[in-house]
Amino acid sequence: MAKQQLLLIGHGMVGQRYLESLVAQGGREHFDITVLCAEPLPAYDRVGLTSYFTGKTADDLSLVPEGFFAEHDITLKLNTKADVIDRVARTVTTNTGETLGYDKLVLATGSYPFVPPIPGNDRDNCFVYRTIDDLDAIIAASKDGKVGTVVGGGLLGLEAAKALHDLGLQTHVVEFAPRLMAVQVDDFGGGLLKDKIQELGVTVHTSTGTKDIVDGESCKHRMNFGEDQYLETDVIVFSAGIRPQDELARACELEIGERGGIVVNNHCVTSDDSIYAIGEVALWEGRIFGLVAPGYQMAEIAAEHLMGKCEQQFTGADMSTKLKLMGVDVASIGDAHGNTPGSRSTVFMDQTAGIYKKAVISECGKKLLGAVLVGDANDYGNLLQLCLNEMDLPGDPAALVAPVSDGAPLLGADALPDTAQICSCNNVSKGDLCAAIDGGAMTVGDLKSCTKASATCGGCSALVKQVLDSELEKRGVEVNNHLCEHFPYSRQEIYHLVRVGQITTFDELLEKHGSGEGCDICKPTAASVFASCWNDYVLNKPHAGLQDTNDYFLGNLQRDGTYSVVPRVAGGEITPDKLIVLGEVAKKYDLYTKITGGQRVDLFGARVEQLPDIWRTLVDAGFETGHAYGKSLRTVKSCVGSTWCRYGVKDSVGTAIQVEERYKGLRSPHKIKMAVSGCTRECAEAQSKDVGVIATEKGWNLYVCGNGGMRPRHADLFASDLTDEELIKTIDRFLMFYIKTADRLQRTSVWLENLEGGLDYLKQVILEDSLGIGAELEAEMAHVIDTYQCEWKTTIEDDEAVKRFKHFVNDDSADDNLKYVRERGQRRPAFEHERIELVEEA
Amino acid sequence: MNSSVAVQWKAVCKLDDVLPGTGVGVRLPGRQAALFRTRDGSLYALDNRDPFSQANVLSRGILGSLGDKRVVASPIYKQHFDLETGQCLEDEEVSLTVYPVQVEGDVIKLAIPA
Repeated sequence: MAKQQLLLIGHGMVGQRYLESLVAQGGREHFDITVLCAEPLPAYDRVGLTSYFTGKTADDLSLVPEGFFAEHDITLKLNTKADVIDRVARTVTTNTGETLGYDKLVLATGSYPFVPPIPGNDRDNCFVYRTIDDLDAIIAASKDGKVGTVVGGGLLGLEAAKALHDLGLQTHVVEFAPRLMAVQVDDFGGGLLKDKIQELGVTVHTSTGTKDIVDGESCKHRMNFGEDQYLETDVIVFSAGIRPQDELARACELEIGERGGIVVNNHCVTSDDSIYAIGEVALWEGRIFGLVAPGYQMAEIAAEHLMGKCEQQFTGADMSTKLKLMGVDVASIGDAHGNTPGSRSTVFMDQTAGIYKKAVISECGKKLLGAVLVGDANDYGNLLQLCLNEMDLPGDPAALVAPVSDGAPLLGADALPDTAQICSCNNVSKGDLCAAIDGGAMTVGDLKSCTKASATCGGCSALVKQVLDSELEKRGVEVNNHLCEHFPYSRQEIYHLVRVGQITTFDELLEKHGSGEGCDICKPTAASVFASCWNDYVLNKPHAGLQDTNDYFLGNLQRDGTYSVVPRVAGGEITPDKLIVLGEVAKKYDLYTKITGGQRVDLFGARVEQLPDIWRTLVDAGFETGHAYGKSLRTVKSCVGSTWCRYGVKDSVGTAIQVEERYKGLRSPHKIKMAVSGCTRECAEAQSKDVGVIATEKGWNLYVCGNGGMRPRHADLFASDLTDEELIKTIDRFLMFYIKTADRLQRTSVWLENLEGGLDYLKQVILEDSLGIGAELEAEMAHVIDTYQCEWKTTIEDDEAVKRFKHFVNDDSADDNLKYVRERGQRRPAFEHERIELVEEA
Repeated sequence: MNSSVAVQWKAVCKLDDVLPGTGVGVRLPGRQAALFRTRDGSLYALDNRDPFSQANVLSRGILGSLGDKRVVASPIYKQHFDLETGQCLEDEEVSLTVYPVQVEGDVIKLAIPA
């Protein structure tokens, strides 16, 4: 049977979700798919648009997996707008003059920003806030301006205000209604939000309408508010709500709502059963849903219906939201305004702390109908569940908003039904999480990667953790993070005990806090913690028996029992003379030689008794240990940067060397890799490192918690345009906080994924010093830096230490079991079958 | 000698040559042993060959206890071996030869089959 033609108009977030859903159901077997996208870029994360201002690129925001269109043989036409739909001929004509036939048509055209009909609204430097193109135009206009104004104090308007503020403009918000976020919060909440935002330096004008916009005196524009009131501004951004983009549908006479929107049924089918509408253009029971989660739901439902599956229906969506606006937590749940007849409210307000909470309770006093939270939205998850699942309140309604001194959750995750939706962004229910836990998920990170729960906005992460803990406990999995059977503590607790108790040896630690004799888990962990805290020589007698063989012999153990040697080559910069020394050493000891991924040289096949002699030569030539054997800083990779590169903006090599010299020898829960790139071309691949630094015209952008290897993770942008001093200070704090709080063998990427509060929390701790530990972290780092020693230099100068580098205690000879074969001009250890041949030949 | 199996005691090193909590390799005729000294001063000796990697490295493993057993962990793939019996805790079919140890004055001696 010939395939049918499916045409999708609009490739935004909802359009892309529709394609993914359709492809997952095998839709390609029945349909040839063509997508028309009016924008020059395929679908990107419009919710995260503001992060474009803080350094995310269009690539970062893209929602389309690499190769998606090619892999699924879907035709994407960018910059192509549908002009006319002919429902009789079943064709669509585009602005490029092409006419495309369809059997089924999907409209995912979204919405457009409403620009109030103010005279002068079309002047230069008047923008809307919708697309990456809009943002580029705003950025360009801000370069020559001093003052920026946003018309509209809703959710998106405040995001736009933050963006203008970050672009260095004196920022104003002009709102027609008497309060900010009029839809989501009430007067008290709006008032508190206004105070908080003004404290941050943004001026808010509520109950203010603009009569017209004319030429200004001190700035480009003057906005007249009436009665001689006016505001001068250089840039204006309109963000006064959205309207469904339904022109095409109107022109072809699909049924349209009174105030716009294409009317759809529970399967997202329009008045023409060959045509679907999904997302913000669709009108369901008189309502438009301007959030992405219901749009995703519609996309899934429409795709299933197309494939002949009709069980799922769209039945409306919860419009509760939680977000952080300019650093202020704001949340709104259900009937936030108490519109339900007979409903009553209980309110908590603390102006000193800047917290406002309101719960709307049903007439019977037993159910939560809605809530408003400003300044502290930690209870959002719990309140949302109470409301959505129509559960009986656990106690006194006032307890819902009263400050809780012990921080205990209002409602155990246990009490939630399996159908409770935990993550609304990705529609993950408690039942989905339980299934993943049955499938072996043991951490929040596991749940995130297999269910996508908390992977979008992160608002539900605390709740996901509660579900995980309670479910693991139910399954009899003892939820403990004890290091091993000898210490009933997590690594973080051990670190704290060592630091606070000034404990310096394993014997003391075991006596005070442990039992048994220790093991290969707790001993190296303790050794690492001692090194992070006190930075003693790792081969001091009390520490010797704690070290993994790598740290004991200061080399990397290989499969035949020999070690590899890696001297430090900071930043990957090396003089020819030093390179020759490496070659000479390798030649003398017949060491297999390989260049590492971290821009240095690895020499393999050194026997224990050879190590001191090899290192004597290297230390004499000016080399230091590279700590390739330790859970510690490995390398700081760099591109050549402005030293030679014609595109280089800054001296990436110099900074890489400075950073590597600073943190060399730092012992940590796992290895740490860093990189510095000299421009945004990013040749050093800094965004795949634990700490990545990229030069910009204005300073350094710092990325954290990236990883290559088994579980690749793109690093997160942590701070932008830092000076040299700020960069170092931020890395100091970041690394020390990681060392303080991570689990054993937990890389920064997994650590961040399991950190409650995630990236925002980490930023607060490190950049805003919310825990007040910034100075302490810096001082602890300073101690480690001040007490640095090259472990190999210390070792070869210590006769007692050198004595240990023997294979036999009773004989100076080498291990006679080592056998090698030559391959590509170098030697490598023989495999078992080769070994037998070698022995037979001998 | 009263023992039914003929053994020969071979002096291998001084007590001070082995730090408490660590091990050393010992060359014996035709074989290698790993000699361990635990934190309380007890001495144990097993084969030095790690049966999982065929490398002579067990003397470089970390000592400790699991439950009531004293063990050494292979530095290659981290299997544990009982210091008293040589039994591998992760694989009941694998065990190592145990060499009796004694101390005379400050000299450590290992028993090897005569």
